[in-house]
Amino acid sequence: MTLSHALFAVLVFPGLVFAVPMSWLMLGLERKLRARMQGRIGPPLWQPFFDLVKLLGKSPVARAASDRAILVGLPVLALGSAIGVLALLPVGSGESAFTGDLILLVARLEMPPLCLVLAGYASRSIYGEVGATREAIVGIVSNVAFLVALVAMATAAQSLHLSRIALATSWPVRASALAAILLCLPAKLRLNPFSLANAEQEILAGPLTEFDGRRLALWELAHGLEWVALAGVVTTLAMPVRTGIAIVDALGFALASLVVVAAFTLLAAATARLKLAQATRLLLRWPTLAAGVALTLALVGRYGGH
Amino acid sequence: MTAPERGIFLRLVDHARRRSAWMFHFNAGACNGCDIELVACLSPRYDIEQAGIRLEGSPRHADVFCVSGPVTRATHEALRTIYAQLPDPKVVVALGSCPATCNVFAGSPVVDGPLDRIIPVDIYVPGCPPRPHAIIEGISRAIEGIGVRQPLDAGGVR
Repeated sequence: MTLSHALFAVLVFPGLVFAVPMSWLMLGLERKLRARMQGRIGPPLWQPFFDLVKLLGKSPVARAASDRAILVGLPVLALGSAIGVLALLPVGSGESAFTGDLILLVARLEMPPLCLVLAGYASRSIYGEVGATREAIVGIVSNVAFLVALVAMATAAQSLHLSRIALATSWPVRASALAAILLCLPAKLRLNPFSLANAEQEILAGPLTEFDGRRLALWELAHGLEWVALAGVVTTLAMPVRTGIAIVDALGFALASLVVVAAFTLLAAATARLKLAQATRLLLRWPTLAAGVALTLALVGRYGGH
Repeated sequence: MTAPERGIFLRLVDHARRRSAWMFHFNAGACNGCDIELVACLSPRYDIEQAGIRLEGSPRHADVFCVSGPVTRATHEALRTIYAQLPDPKVVVALGSCPATCNVFAGSPVVDGPLDRIIPVDIYVPGCPPRPHAIIEGISRAIEGIGVRQPLDAGGVR
């Protein structure tokens, strides 16, 4: 990968220039669709943009210097990791051996939730701690199935390269692995019925209770980019077709990501928040079952038979 | 008030502030009547989120501080602390008759109100309880002036 390709991936597509407006569109679509499902009109589609600009324009309340380092450092790290995930997605023109490396991708995907957990504990607010504990537990539990499903797809495709996995995985393995991943994603995005970590009103604002103004804006941005990144991972794994024309592939990628968002919103609007025990039981049962089926099929396909 | 010529980013921020007001609700000893009416504003019939207004769980996220109740002695200090936790620019909306006049609790030895003795108030929404329409109008009037409001100190409490 040349430097210009890397810069293009980080800054333009699927990096910042594409991902930031896309994240506003996704969050706006989520709020609008949820409102429509509840019989409301809801905020305009570009509401997340106004929210971010407003948060950037707020003057910070004075805090201790030690707090400031943590309060700014963690959201910056989360934001950077989310951009890193986007830059690794094998869409657009700059493909090479390095883009779409599965292990690096998973490592970067795990950074924003980890930062959120640390932020919750470091804020020394009781609500932050409760939210961080919930986030940590749900994160670990949902990762069991998520990682097993990714391992299954990598085994079936005999590759750790995301675009090769997307093209080479057999359909039975792909279908069951995608089912597992799709069941885990609402937990990773903290959506209903797994909105335990940020349970608004119930534990104030969870790990973000003590964040204000620009520090909160950084989190909002990181959360939006997490949406784009996770929807992008699913889209990449689910779409085994490449036209080869960069602009068509990019548009297809964006549209498919929005379909994923709409599906999650419908689920979120139709369900209520689960308790921690219920959520962990659910996440350990069905997605893990689907991921286990995928792994078995992948291992049989690779080593069984001939 | 005529503002001096402002840059495009500042004008954008001003616009965004009016389009995205997050509120925090504090019950300073209210009977829960006003609180129910405030929650009704979020329901499908009134749908205050159309204007970008949403109820936040943390005062540090909020722009609009909605206070109901006559401010009892037990809630006095908490009220000042929470007011100081809201980052500027912020506005205060007094919900109902209690924070405006102490209502039927006026003269009680356990009531420290009315609200404007303790923190500066931008808009009073009278009523016992006020209708959701009135609350929505009060909040929108309050956020009209949010950009030009001067930061006021409530006795230096942080």
